[in-house]
Amino acid sequence: MEHSAEKKIEQLDHLFQEGSDDLRDHIVSSIYQSTQGLTKEAVQYSPKKASWLDTNLDQILTSRMFGFPIMLAMLAVVIYLTIAGANYPGIVIAEAFARVEDGLTAVFQWVHAPDWLYGILVEGLYRGTSWVVSVMLPPMAIFFPMFALLENFGYLPRVAFNLDRFFKKSGAHGKQSLTMAMGFGCNAAAIMSTRIVESPRERMLAILTNNFVPCNGRWPLIIVLAGLFMAAGFSGGMNTFISAGVVVGIVLFGVVMTLFVSWALSKTLLRGVPSHYTLELPPYRKPKFWNTIVRATLDKSWFVLKRAVIIAAPASLITWILANIMVGDLSVLEHIAAFLDPFAHAIGLDGFILMAFILGFPANEIVLPILLMGYLATGSMIEVENLHDLKQIFLDHGWTWLTALNMMLFSLLHYPCGTTMLNIWKETKSPKWTFTAFALPTAIAIVVTFIIAQTVIALGLV
Amino acid sequence: MSHRVALAGNPNTGKSTLFNLLTGLRQHTGNWPGKTVVRAEGELRTDNHTFQIIDLPGTYSLYSNSADEEVARDYIIFEKPDITLVVVDATSLERNLNLALQVLEMTKNVIVCVNLIDEARRKGITVDKKELSRRLGVPVVLLSAREKIGVIQLMKTMDQMVDGKISTDPYLIPYEEEVEKKIEEMEPRIKEIFGDSMPSRWLALRLLDGDKNLLQALKTYIRDPQSVEIKHEPAQGGCCHGA
Amino acid sequence: MESKPIYQFHKGDRLEITSVQVEGVMRRRLLDLGFVRGAVIDVVQKSPLGDPIAFRVFNTSIALRREESSLIHAVKMEEDSEVKVQ
Repeated sequence: MEHSAEKKIEQLDHLFQEGSDDLRDHIVSSIYQSTQGLTKEAVQYSPKKASWLDTNLDQILTSRMFGFPIMLAMLAVVIYLTIAGANYPGIVIAEAFARVEDGLTAVFQWVHAPDWLYGILVEGLYRGTSWVVSVMLPPMAIFFPMFALLENFGYLPRVAFNLDRFFKKSGAHGKQSLTMAMGFGCNAAAIMSTRIVESPRERMLAILTNNFVPCNGRWPLIIVLAGLFMAAGFSGGMNTFISAGVVVGIVLFGVVMTLFVSWALSKTLLRGVPSHYTLELPPYRKPKFWNTIVRATLDKSWFVLKRAVIIAAPASLITWILANIMVGDLSVLEHIAAFLDPFAHAIGLDGFILMAFILGFPANEIVLPILLMGYLATGSMIEVENLHDLKQIFLDHGWTWLTALNMMLFSLLHYPCGTTMLNIWKETKSPKWTFTAFALPTAIAIVVTFIIAQTVIALGLV
Repeated sequence: MSHRVALAGNPNTGKSTLFNLLTGLRQHTGNWPGKTVVRAEGELRTDNHTFQIIDLPGTYSLYSNSADEEVARDYIIFEKPDITLVVVDATSLERNLNLALQVLEMTKNVIVCVNLIDEARRKGITVDKKELSRRLGVPVVLLSAREKIGVIQLMKTMDQMVDGKISTDPYLIPYEEEVEKKIEEMEPRIKEIFGDSMPSRWLALRLLDGDKNLLQALKTYIRDPQSVEIKHEPAQGGCCHGA
Repeated sequence: MESKPIYQFHKGDRLEITSVQVEGVMRRRLLDLGFVRGAVIDVVQKSPLGDPIAFRVFNTSIALRREESSLIHAVKMEEDSEVKVQ
């Protein structure tokens, strides 16, 4: 048996030939001759009916004059609608959760449950989870359907087409912009999507820089802080408008950082030239409007809820416990914050913020809730019914616009979340690169916030 | 017993839409072994049969230019699905049939699904299904997965094919005389090695073309035919697939 | 007619490919997409920064960077010449 197998392999090797470009050309052109013959007989064309959309849309969406302005405008509109639209349902959901909490409280009192049990389950677990859901869900339920519509319409490949030159200059693959677009939703999913980049070097660039695109878990933090501190002097529609502007700015900063880091890596750790690639620009297709909206909303809502329960719930629990175990006069949480404080101040943050980022490693969604829990000496998360109260809490802890700006930037630039790190490990199977994916953004986040904080303080701007 | 159906096609032809339509929520995803290529499969129940549908990566050809193309080719050649559905874009048939003709060189059990037929109509393109089917030598179904047109016809055709009610006579691409002569010389020797388990004409051409990758895969297959059978890997971590 | 790299033509030009000088895997990919000698392609769109350029080949728009499009040569087809309906 063995013997005959080896003999067969020998026969096979004997038959194998080197091939040549000529032969390959001949094979491919023979196939095309065949397909042309087949279509000639079986397909009829009456080319009169090319739709206006197909012939003209690309002339506008990728034109020299309008290509970039339209792209920027679309980003701004999507962000604006998300901010403007998310406000109200957020309040409604928060109120509904509060009502349920009242009910839960009544039940706990009725059965004379001990305080610690009430604290852990209701103030820790339930409030933490409901916080994440009511803050996360509304913006996502607006952002993702809009994004899905653009995606199904066929706009994303045009973004890649428009931006390709920048990526080429930075030594990256043109399809990296597609993986970035995915990152707006979820960096962990985007890491999987980098598979569309075939060259290993460029794929690594796409993986290492993906978290400079704010994901689902970081949008709310950026949006809330932009609204509270960056557009503070404005009210109503103007406030939303300015907030959206700031958020767009943050996103663009992330894009610039992506290009810069890709470029720097291409010159150093991941030296090389961009590999060959082709990008298909599929025809625009009118998306199935309601179908897309319903599907995107349901999928994402389900995802957010699941994540809230799986990650946010235990994390809020741990945070509550840390905040309620006292060592001396202070809770463990406060001790950690005090320890981190000097370093945090150097980068324009404070100990509680830095601790929130550290404890928020499993999921970016819980950074803000943990921060609030730390601030409130009571050791439980507040209910977010009123953004004004929220701002007061921040101001009471010495926040300025610099704190808000640096927290947004730190959130944008810092290490990827736990799920994303896990995926990076699975996709690269390399301790070195997984570590780089953690250390590189973190170093950048620290350097950027440090420079900004020191400059602003030196100039006496705060 | 369920029949295995491979779904092949160019990217952007609505292949995933068709896959979703056929399998609904009865699908799961994982990785192709040893490859960072997503493998999606799902189940379809028709009146008479149960089908296991395997969504191959979208590719322009099957000449092992990339991991995607290798995965798709290996599945068709080594796993020998009961049916291979080739999804082609009605608005760009010339290029899409390129892949269909390559598949026809590899297996007889093919149904060509001309998708996006509604869009083609809007653009003034009419596809003569009978003529195309007669020339290709395999069944052709016109459909629009998006508008759910033609799916019943497709399922009927699949049932008939596994019931053995359809005989096919796949179109063979003619090559220039010199190449044809070499193929003719090689075919009997290939049959000596593989018997009838491999499409000898296609194999001859691939060997002539110097497909090293395929040569490796063939050697592995000779040593242990079971080893190349593609086992299912558990789903990779990560969130929101298809987001 | 003089044959030039395809990126040197203008938007709206209809070209007939005269040679493909790309090598290796990329050559195969381009052939598979339909960039074969004798194929008729249209220059459909330049990106805002001039590179890449999208070409219509067999009714599909494919964008190519300068690196690749400089290695594909073509001649411009005359307006009144018989055009293959795509």
